Amino acid sequence: MSQIHSNSSPFSPLQVLPLAVSSKPAPPLLIRNGRIIDPANQRDEIADLFIQSGVIIGDPPAKLPTETQTLDASGLIVAPGLIDIHVHLREPGAPHKETIESGTFAAAAGGFTSVLAMPNTSPPCDSPAAVMWLLQRILQKSSVRVFIAGAITKSLAGEELAPIGSMLKAGIVAITDDGHCVQNHEVMRRALEYASMFQLPVLDHCQDYNLSADGVMHEGQWSLRLGLQGWPRIAEEVIVARNILLAELCSTPIHIQHVSSAGSVRLLREASARKLKITAEVCPHHLWFTDEKLQNFDSTFKVNPPLRERHDIEALLEAIVEGTITIFASDHAPHANYEKEVEIDHAPFGMTGLETELAAFATLLIHRERAIDWPRLIACYTVNPARLLKLNLGTLTAGAPADLTLISPNLRWTFDRNQSFSLSKNTPFHGCEFVGRAVQTIVAGRTIWKLL
Amino acid sequence: MSFPTREWNRRHLLSLDELEAWEIEFILNAAAAFKTVGERDLKKVPSLRGRTLINFFIEPSTRTRVSFELAALRLSADVINMSATASSLQKGETLIDTAKNLQALHADIIVLRHSAAGACKFLADRLEASIINAGDGAHEHPTQGLLDAFTIREHFGSFKNLKIGIVGDILFSRVARSNLHALLKLGAEVHLIGPSTLVPKLFEQLGAYVHHHLDPILPHLDVINLLRIQHERQRKEYFPSTGEYTALFGLTKERARALKPNCLIMHPGPINRGVEIDSDVANSSQSVILEQVTHGIAVRMAVLYLCSGGKTPAAQ
Repeated sequence: MSQIHSNSSPFSPLQVLPLAVSSKPAPPLLIRNGRIIDPANQRDEIADLFIQSGVIIGDPPAKLPTETQTLDASGLIVAPGLIDIHVHLREPGAPHKETIESGTFAAAAGGFTSVLAMPNTSPPCDSPAAVMWLLQRILQKSSVRVFIAGAITKSLAGEELAPIGSMLKAGIVAITDDGHCVQNHEVMRRALEYASMFQLPVLDHCQDYNLSADGVMHEGQWSLRLGLQGWPRIAEEVIVARNILLAELCSTPIHIQHVSSAGSVRLLREASARKLKITAEVCPHHLWFTDEKLQNFDSTFKVNPPLRERHDIEALLEAIVEGTITIFASDHAPHANYEKEVEIDHAPFGMTGLETELAAFATLLIHRERAIDWPRLIACYTVNPARLLKLNLGTLTAGAPADLTLISPNLRWTFDRNQSFSLSKNTPFHGCEFVGRAVQTIVAGRTIWKLL
Repeated sequence: MSFPTREWNRRHLLSLDELEAWEIEFILNAAAAFKTVGERDLKKVPSLRGRTLINFFIEPSTRTRVSFELAALRLSADVINMSATASSLQKGETLIDTAKNLQALHADIIVLRHSAAGACKFLADRLEASIINAGDGAHEHPTQGLLDAFTIREHFGSFKNLKIGIVGDILFSRVARSNLHALLKLGAEVHLIGPSTLVPKLFEQLGAYVHHHLDPILPHLDVINLLRIQHERQRKEYFPSTGEYTALFGLTKERARALKPNCLIMHPGPINRGVEIDSDVANSSQSVILEQVTHGIAVRMAVLYLCSGGKTPAAQ
């Protein structure tokens, strides 16, 4: 193993090239000799890629426009721009944790060209007015594409449906009560039925509040030893099972957010075998760490759902390999140091992840476990989430928006939270050594971030 | 057993889980020396003269606080008591800020009682002062574990082949955890006994035996340690009533007759007479409940002395 000091990184600190807000289209760009991986088209080959006016053209024309810029991508992967469908940007309400500006810088530096912002802000995104406010803010401050998830219920209280149709008109692409979970099965049933009228994707954070009670970490040997209240697997699994039953009853799809337990994997596998339209996402921390990490009462590792055990990790890995889990996401959840630096019972749940998730998955799944290859990994961040949210993104098909992520697949680097763009530093990956990293992020044909 | 070449070098006492067997023995040996101080007419030694100790109790407690206070006074330390109601924590100040203020007052030792597990470790990682855990949530109560071990050692001399039963609400008990770690390290066999909701099987993974019936194990025990049951503070789904608890797990007169004649009856206090233990049984000759209280001072003197840099466990 090489050293893990940040100065061992072969690169100087990250820099963001700000997104030009000019109406002038980006100059044509020829990306040469990259390994083009486009899972939507089952493409994986060394080739050139030409983009112009912010859209993918494909093969370069015989005669290039004179203003064409070229980029040598030898040794790099050229992928469709990555999409993270589970991000907390904390606006409105908590700009000391993160803002749309800082959060989308972090996204760009992680290789992401699109993110889905969760609605558990303050006030929550549960009305068309809230959606409009956000869209305005995004237009002014964002450096990547920010899509908006609206709430399922008013105030995320789990009782009355939010104005889902009006929010859809205002511009949401999905609904979820993330951070909360609709406990009343009748309300959830009606939400699914109602959303199906618009074919609006429904995402669910699965947590039965009675069963998770005051739990702050996984219920197991470590919670027992530490005397901390356990958040048992069953609290997630009961709601995963509920959602599967409701999806079947209502003949609607449902997406399970941040799956953490082996039991949830088993339920999802059975549901897929019955051809139900259930999708699921997994976060890197649930594969990288176990509950043992809480042994020093370090609240950095307090996350919801909690870090679980080795056999849960093995089940999650299997689920990725067999295709039961097809989407990767960060659940990027920034919190200020002073909020996390309290007794573990009182610390908020959550950890940041935008700048480490691609590297964490690549290091673990491709280099360490040899579980999947690059096309599979990229599919989990592009075509699969794009299909879930019905976005015309996540592909290099000619005519698609020219959102691209260039990845150096074997680059060794060490993450230093002090170089993070996020306003918050609550990452469990500080000092982790990774293999593989995004090195350039292009949105609509324009480079918005580049590793220098 | 003794390890004459080893030296105590911890500043904090946070848990018994993190101590090695020799360290526990080391404290018990020091406590044996300090025990004699309390039996003298002049109950004071100058070991901590000039040191400041703050009893910082963010959860109600009388006996543990008084025991620490007496221990510190007998070591000639200056002692300040701070409780939750008096402290600024109720005004919204965080634990770390309050603790840093205590440190700015040049407190050498902070004895912390807190409702959150890990609160002592949290302060120990951030402060210069010695942190002594006087009970953190359901995590540990190390000086209680030590004084229980000390009491057992006073009677049996060693822990070899001893079967020690701990009865009650194990899941939420910091006393049970500290006892478990100490007694296992010292070589005893630990039997955890109580309702299946409060004594999950998972405790077997920590090295204990788990029982949900008291009667079959009673005649085999050398020590029975009864924990306080507080139904009113418990979430109601764990057991139906104190009456049912007493019927199933209370040490009644009848059950006490099934104990070995030399089985020690222990309780960390305060006891609920007629609930987890019969009143006469608590007063019986097998009961060492008040000895535990006396030993608490010696053990706490030893802990304060060693964590302040005292090297040899010699009575002065």
